[in-house]
Amino acid sequence: MMRLARTLLAALALASAAPVLAQEDKRPEITERLEIGISTDEIAISSDFRGADLTIFGAIEGYDPNLLAQRKYDIVVALEGPKDDLTVRRKERVLGIWVNRRSMTFELAPESYSLSSTRNVDDIAPAAVLNSIGVGLQHIRLDPIGYIGDGSNISEFRDAFRRLKETGGFYQRDPGGVQFISASLFKATVRLPANVPNGTHVVRAHLFRDGVFISEKALPLRVVKTGLEQMISNAAYANPVSYGILAVILAALTGWIASIVFRKD
Amino acid sequence: MNIFIILGMGAAVGFLSGMFGVGGGFLITPLLIFYNIPPIVAVATGANQVVASSISGAITHFRRGSLDIKLGTVLLVGGLLGATAGIWLFALLRRLGQLDLVISLLYVVLLGVVGVLMLFESVNALRRAAKNQPVNLRKPGHHNWVHGLPLKMRFKKSKIYLSVIPVVVLGFAIGVLTSIMGVGGGFIMVPAMIYLLRIPTNVVVGTSLFQIIFVTAYTTVMQAATNNSVDIVLAFILMVAGVIGAQYGVRVGQRLRGEQLRALLALLVLAVGLRLAVDLVVTPEDFYSIVSAGTGR
Repeated sequence: MMRLARTLLAALALASAAPVLAQEDKRPEITERLEIGISTDEIAISSDFRGADLTIFGAIEGYDPNLLAQRKYDIVVALEGPKDDLTVRRKERVLGIWVNRRSMTFELAPESYSLSSTRNVDDIAPAAVLNSIGVGLQHIRLDPIGYIGDGSNISEFRDAFRRLKETGGFYQRDPGGVQFISASLFKATVRLPANVPNGTHVVRAHLFRDGVFISEKALPLRVVKTGLEQMISNAAYANPVSYGILAVILAALTGWIASIVFRKD
Repeated sequence: MNIFIILGMGAAVGFLSGMFGVGGGFLITPLLIFYNIPPIVAVATGANQVVASSISGAITHFRRGSLDIKLGTVLLVGGLLGATAGIWLFALLRRLGQLDLVISLLYVVLLGVVGVLMLFESVNALRRAAKNQPVNLRKPGHHNWVHGLPLKMRFKKSKIYLSVIPVVVLGFAIGVLTSIMGVGGGFIMVPAMIYLLRIPTNVVVGTSLFQIIFVTAYTTVMQAATNNSVDIVLAFILMVAGVIGAQYGVRVGQRLRGEQLRALLALLVLAVGLRLAVDLVVTPEDFYSIVSAGTGR
């Protein structure tokens, strides 16, 4: 199995060797590339799903053997959930009752985010580098949309967002989740939470050399929930009017049958 | 979500609604909220459940002919307009992040007022009964300001000549309540029809059920279409348990005295309202919450 993976990756390396060579004259210092693979591009999840680990295999190509021996390469693999505009609301006390007052909406933030890396991401690269590529729980891109006033409370809402996502199990990290299984071949384990959102996720792998971001590779991964519960939920969104009419018919039948069954006269 | 808790909830509310002769929507929705069902789902699912619980009662009235179709239709026109406005308001409040608060506040006010009025009324009735005083019924046909309004229409079945304005307004108000609170609204409509519009009591219940069935059915479809918030499985479990519970409730209710029953229901209504009020005042565990725009779906 391992040998097969290696031959496969070797074949991939050969196929991509030509363009790499062509670029070498202009930027000789950057030759490393990442290749990753997952066994499937779709995961079916049943209603009793309690969370699972997803293993991603990959290899560094065109690496410098000396740097590799000095462990100068770092890999960060993230599983990003489907993106949506997410609003954080804050309750405040008004006339004795708790009311949602302030809010901030972050543009297309991932619903879930599972991070796996060779070591703590903040030790891998400077914060500015991580912020610019949006890698790491503290560096993920959270851009507010709409009116935000003087912007003084952005960090407050970002912190609340990350805290809620982490306590809910949607955002997680594993600083030892990426392991080298041979010189340049690695294995990354990312966690799928029990309440993993339905939709297209992206596996995004990042290669760093001595604190410098070198290259990125992404693969889509579709998460499809199965079972009766999900079928009903899908119907509620796909055919909302027929779903509503069905709900009324069901209620009318229940009431009518009850009146026949329990008829006293 | 535990199916047995939902079954128990449906059966208990069904039992109470059978015992007291009420629809039960105003108890189902708060109970679902207490069980951490999102208020938006609790309201829409409650409206769906009321369709089932009202239909068996309405069938009896249709059979006996104890309803005024013409009056019911005028009420229904108001009800459908009110429900449409309510659904629009519902979606607006949801966008503003104030929906949960408004639902809770409306319930606190409504349950508080209805509970207090019922408690006073039933305690007075109990006192009168203890002193053996005759019950002081208001005379039917006694006119008030409502009967001076224009656009009068003759309702033959009810033997009444009445302006359509108060009827449509009443229907409209109940329609708004149905869509925002998930209640049938019978517990407001029936007293309003009797005391305000002076409609004969024999047609009041059947006519109000006629309005309730169509307005709750319409609200269910509109909620499903605009907010995707009807949970058909939850509603089905509740209505099956509810219609069975109601049968036992009716039997028990016939053995108890009316004033004591109403005092009990009043206390229950006040307790539910108080619990909702406490939840509004108590400091929340977390001041922050996240909601998704739903564009990714």
